[in-house]
Amino acid sequence: MARVRTWVGIAMAAVLGASITGCSSTGGKRAEDARKAAQAQAQGQSAVNTPKWTFAMVTHSGDGDSFWDIVQSGAQQAANKDNINFLYAHDDQAQQQAQLVQSYIDKKVDGLVVTLAKPDAMKDVLANAKKAGIPVITVNSGSAESKEFGALSHIGQDETIAGEAVGDELNKRGRKKAVCVLHEQGNVGHEQRCAGAKKTFKGELQNLYVDGTNMPDVQAGIGAKLQADTGIDTVVTLGAPFADAAAKAKKDAGSDAEVDTFDLNSDVAQGLKDKTYGFAVDQQPYLQGYEAIDLLWLYRYNADVLGGGRPVLTGPQIITGKDADELLAYTDRGTR
Amino acid sequence: MTATAPAPAPTPGKTTDERLLQTSLWRKLLARPELGAVMGAVAVFVFFSFAADSFLRPASLSTVLYAASTLGIMAVPVALLMIGGEFDLSAGVLVTSSALTSSMFSYQMTANVWVGVFVSLLVTLAIGVFNGFMLTRTKLPSFIVTLGTFLMLTGLNLGLTKLISGTVQTKSIADMQGFSSAEKVFASEISIGGVDFKITILWWLALVAVATWILLRTRWGNWIFAVGGNGDAARAVGVPVTKTRIGLYMAVAFGAWIAGQHLLFSFARVQSGEGVGNELIYIVAAVIGGCLITGGYGSAIGSAFGALIFGMVSKGIVFAEWNADWYKFFLGAMLLLATLLNHWVRKRAEATK
Repeated sequence: MARVRTWVGIAMAAVLGASITGCSSTGGKRAEDARKAAQAQAQGQSAVNTPKWTFAMVTHSGDGDSFWDIVQSGAQQAANKDNINFLYAHDDQAQQQAQLVQSYIDKKVDGLVVTLAKPDAMKDVLANAKKAGIPVITVNSGSAESKEFGALSHIGQDETIAGEAVGDELNKRGRKKAVCVLHEQGNVGHEQRCAGAKKTFKGELQNLYVDGTNMPDVQAGIGAKLQADTGIDTVVTLGAPFADAAAKAKKDAGSDAEVDTFDLNSDVAQGLKDKTYGFAVDQQPYLQGYEAIDLLWLYRYNADVLGGGRPVLTGPQIITGKDADELLAYTDRGTR
Repeated sequence: MTATAPAPAPTPGKTTDERLLQTSLWRKLLARPELGAVMGAVAVFVFFSFAADSFLRPASLSTVLYAASTLGIMAVPVALLMIGGEFDLSAGVLVTSSALTSSMFSYQMTANVWVGVFVSLLVTLAIGVFNGFMLTRTKLPSFIVTLGTFLMLTGLNLGLTKLISGTVQTKSIADMQGFSSAEKVFASEISIGGVDFKITILWWLALVAVATWILLRTRWGNWIFAVGGNGDAARAVGVPVTKTRIGLYMAVAFGAWIAGQHLLFSFARVQSGEGVGNELIYIVAAVIGGCLITGGYGSAIGSAFGALIFGMVSKGIVFAEWNADWYKFFLGAMLLLATLLNHWVRKRAEATK
């Protein structure tokens, strides 16, 4: 026991000593606090005096997904402004997601925001929401089913259109042979993106499946593909975190392929700026969260509905090096 | 090693057989494997009743029971298997495989949906037999054998679905003949006093009842305990060890078939990539319910309470408006606490003999 205590003491002293002597003049918590102060200007008080309604959002996100973090922060921002109590839950399994939505219906929330990545699984619970008189807005995925399931509006990006935009951009850049990297087997939206790109791209496009929960595997998979086929001149990843893996794989393989990606984060914005990446296709997740909550508020307050029964699109927006400068500040604070 | 407490040693002067001695009710209760889980379930229930005002609504409890049942249907056979001293890591994806088989067979053959359901039962049971057969033939640990099956099934689910349907999910079979009657059996709702309860709750209770009867009242139950306690000794006294083990894997497959059909008939479509990771949750439910990881001890009722704790925590966090990021943390803490409690209760039970 005494020996344990000695060791703990030594460890504590070491940690303390290290933190006193080694300050970093860049980055870290201090820089974050400065950013937070800038962000706080936006937060602040609620701008309305409607009653404190409760809105809940249920997504098909896995645990710890950076994209959904941005959606959530947009929703939270709108909730602050509209005096809303905002609740969030997620599960990547259809059955669990449906159960979570049902739980919120049981709770009798005043509004629901739901993603329809697996539309058939959500059909029954959305009918229950309708029965309970809870207004629903669908976001991100499910533009085709949103209206049929009785949602007020759908906010998001049509994955096929986004894919087609990528194909067009690749043609513009004179690309010949591309790989579309799918990091989640079983995700319909991902399949649509690659299929859309294939449709408009004049060159050859192949699909490559990797395990997105395992970054080294992603990197090795892309690297092997680039080594196996040296004719590949473009790698398209479907999520911001995977662009980095693709860039590393490209370096390992000694390939000079261009890396392009769907979605944005601060690393991608930085990479666009210093030409590591060609372009990014943004669907503005912050806007999806923000608008969903705001539209629910508008519906509750004024019975307003946006979109006229058609999806409200937040993308695709092609972002290149020249837009990256402005966006860097926003990606840094986690809103783009 | 059986689930019933051995009676205390006979007092001198009495000539009755020690096996016929009466034990007090309290002592009988203490010796039950599920006692820890029951106490835990009551504690969690009381806790969420106070923490979340919407938790006690009938509709909310129905949702909690539904969540518990979808897990509990699998936790029952997994508990039996663990009492028999084995693991099944393929149980999670087997549910998805079962649903995929049923849906794709019906769709591709344009057959009545019930044909697909029946074929799926055969296929799923065959996978169970494969697990058991590989285990008993190769003498490899079940952890390895079923880990192999798990990986192969995960690949088959994705690969075959893509090959046959052309996408990563199956085509909808909602407009096919037999769908509505199958839906009634596997995925309907029963209204009791104005509240809709899912039929999976009935399936779950039925499975618990049957499994409990098998464990405590039949020869097979004794075999399961014997095989899990000490396989070699069991074989020496004439227990059909190989058959028992294969049978247990078939029971897990049967559970996966029910859970899979429910998945299919509640949504009409199946996502090919799902189910991964659930096998551990079934094991956790069984362990919280008092199953020993080494086999030879546990109960089916316990697994039901384990599943109930799961349902209450996963949905209770939502009702209490907490951040769901903490759910897995609570789960892990609960697992450790429940296992420690089970251990302590068992120690007490053995001390009071």
